[in-house]
Amino acid sequence: MGTTEPTVTGSLRDRPGLVIASLFGALLLVDLVAKLVGIELGPVGGSLSTGRLGSNLWNGVVIGLVIGLAGIGLSMTYSILNFANFSHGDLVSLGAFTGWGVAFVVAAGSDIPIRALLTVRAAGNATPGDIGAHVLSTPGAILVGLVVAFVVTALVALGLDRAFYKPMRDRSGISLLIASIGVALVVRYLIQFVYGSGRRGVTASVDASNVAFGPLGLSVNAHQLTLSVAAIALMFATHFMLQHTKLGTAMRAMADNKDLALITGIPAERVVTATWLIGGGLAGASGYLYVLLRGTIQFDFGWLLLLLIFAAVILGGIGSVYGAIAGGLVIGIVFTTSTIWIPSDFNEAAAFAVMILVLLFRPEGIFGGVSTA
Amino acid sequence: MTDDTTPDSATGAVLDAVRRSDLGVVLLTLGLIYVAAALLTFADGLNSVVGLMRTLTFLGLVYALSALALNLHWGYTGLFNIGVAGFMAVGVYTMGIVVRAPDPAFGPPGLGLPLPVGIVAGMGMAAFVGLFAALPALRLRADYLAIVTLGLSEIIRLTLQSSAVDTFLRETFAVGTGGGRGMGMPPNPVRGLFLVDGQAGTPTELGSLIFGTLGDGGVGISNNILIGWGYVLVLAAFLIGFYVLLERLGRSPFGRNLKAIREDDLVADSLGKNVDVIKIKVFMIGCALMGLAGILWFGSQGNVSPTPQFMPLLTFYVFVAVIIGGSGSNTGSVVGGIVFAAVLFEGPRRLGAVVRDTIDAPTPPSFADALVSFDPVTFLAYATDNVAPLQFVFLGLVLIFIMHRRPEGLLGHRIETAAAVDLSADSRPSGGDADE
Repeated sequence: MGTTEPTVTGSLRDRPGLVIASLFGALLLVDLVAKLVGIELGPVGGSLSTGRLGSNLWNGVVIGLVIGLAGIGLSMTYSILNFANFSHGDLVSLGAFTGWGVAFVVAAGSDIPIRALLTVRAAGNATPGDIGAHVLSTPGAILVGLVVAFVVTALVALGLDRAFYKPMRDRSGISLLIASIGVALVVRYLIQFVYGSGRRGVTASVDASNVAFGPLGLSVNAHQLTLSVAAIALMFATHFMLQHTKLGTAMRAMADNKDLALITGIPAERVVTATWLIGGGLAGASGYLYVLLRGTIQFDFGWLLLLLIFAAVILGGIGSVYGAIAGGLVIGIVFTTSTIWIPSDFNEAAAFAVMILVLLFRPEGIFGGVSTA
Repeated sequence: MTDDTTPDSATGAVLDAVRRSDLGVVLLTLGLIYVAAALLTFADGLNSVVGLMRTLTFLGLVYALSALALNLHWGYTGLFNIGVAGFMAVGVYTMGIVVRAPDPAFGPPGLGLPLPVGIVAGMGMAAFVGLFAALPALRLRADYLAIVTLGLSEIIRLTLQSSAVDTFLRETFAVGTGGGRGMGMPPNPVRGLFLVDGQAGTPTELGSLIFGTLGDGGVGISNNILIGWGYVLVLAAFLIGFYVLLERLGRSPFGRNLKAIREDDLVADSLGKNVDVIKIKVFMIGCALMGLAGILWFGSQGNVSPTPQFMPLLTFYVFVAVIIGGSGSNTGSVVGGIVFAAVLFEGPRRLGAVVRDTIDAPTPPSFADALVSFDPVTFLAYATDNVAPLQFVFLGLVLIFIMHRRPEGLLGHRIETAAAVDLSADSRPSGGDADE
């Protein structure tokens, strides 16, 4: 390897699988263009309206922002604590339940019993319409809920670390991974025990919440817009924290080279604490926003989302916060646009397949493993 | 463990012998579980006791089979495969497709071949999918491999779940998966040993002999429980087969290569071992065994469907069984499977039901209602009626506890000898005894 000059043809010959995967990707792109133009050449082409493609892409971006936001925390714990945290998805669920409980309390009138509100309708008979939580009618409640989701999940993540992960700080990544599966079970089923197992509606419906704009007639609803604004704001806040504060610099140093960070006197435990607070908080906020988008909540939705979050983090290169965001967008778009070619009960499988392909051919991530945090 | 002190009493000697013999450990575990099961149900009559024992033994055996297969990957070779549920699903579904009739009364059509062909095909297909899963195993770190195998098992589940795939298979190959509705499994041949054509009321000669002595004509155990015990015996035979296979494999040169890869695959590579080929082989063997375990387990259950049965949770169950027993130890996997099934899987819900029966209070509709009642009895009624989530919480805590306090499991951390002969056994000549 060291003696020959790396050439394009040489690297192509070394990795036939990558070539096949790239060719397949190119074929899909050609097919997409053919579909848009409306040409049909054997199996290639067909018809696809730009409106459908546009709405697929937009939905993909929205879901991708949620996945990317949740991925930031997963990526941080992966790079700073060196383990794949399987309990991250359940922190996402936890943020959604606690945040929506408080949002309901703020949004609803005093005639609905508080236990029905705090448990996100596990008790009592209140309907989402009675409670009336919607960003257009009760924007304050939605914002309070978001803050609560962030704060509570951050504190719980820190508590879980102190109770379960701190005693095994020096152990191997696999031991921590297995322990995190245990933590995931504890958190998920405590949520089920407290909030019940039923899937239920959360947001009320409000007239005229859809905004159509652009030449494509893209339909954007108020919750999608809220989610995008909140997610992008949180991402910028994370970016600022990482690049322009002492804590952020210390976190990046820990992620880059732990030993070097330690001998330069970076307080490791304080950085770890901050990692859990920020990563957990962002997970909770993303879960809250995801429920805002979908309008329904269920005790294990975060767990079901976890593999997509992993896919995003792997795609962006583990340890890179910006990679996680970009990976989230890619996964979100794959998730929604793949329905152009395959049946819709397969879109999740398509996202996992992209993840496996990236791990096989480019395990350092599509951005070449530039770890920025 | 190899202390040479003579035990003081007869019971001490028995306990010592049990501890030294792997079979003793397994039988002692089973015995303790039977005692607990009998204590829990003796008031409900003989059938409850024998029925619960059958359920616990069945679950213990199928978890032990799956744990042994996983132990080959993780315990022996250090391959962190958390796609067990997917490989089991491949085995079961392939068997179902091969064996089901081409024109069934309901459900997807199959090829109509005999059951043994189906079992072999299921194992073969699981091994073939394992070959694909092994490709990432060659180059990925353990935690990446975990995510890839988990993703693969979800892809398999979603594929089996998909009605589009079902339609496609029906139109192209005239077979189907049944999509989300699942697939009926072929009748269990063990039932045919007891009943002619599996029909109740027409026992075979063996059936009438056993039903006459142990069943309604004799001791009074119900016929279905007896047939269930018959299948448990078949599973036990398979378990012995798995165990012997893995033990022999572990002691062979191939097995020593596996352990070398687990400890440091760079060293194994430097010593001229073809690490890639060995990893592919072991992945295929393990996946075939997982497929067989899946067939023996879910193939005997009447109907399979992808979503409740082959979720990643199934993989974690098997993993917990391996971890309890201690990864790398075959006996540990067997004991872990039995302990997991009885203590963590089936035990809590039975115990919860028993406790619930003693409480004379209505169940509140939700946690919040139970909490605001400020009545511990009402709260206990809610907790025992919702024992399923608490059981998972308990499972999670046990997993964390083991990783904290005893990562080597109950029977792990046995001394591994690099030599082909057993150095830990006392082979010094004492009075001219022959070799063992």
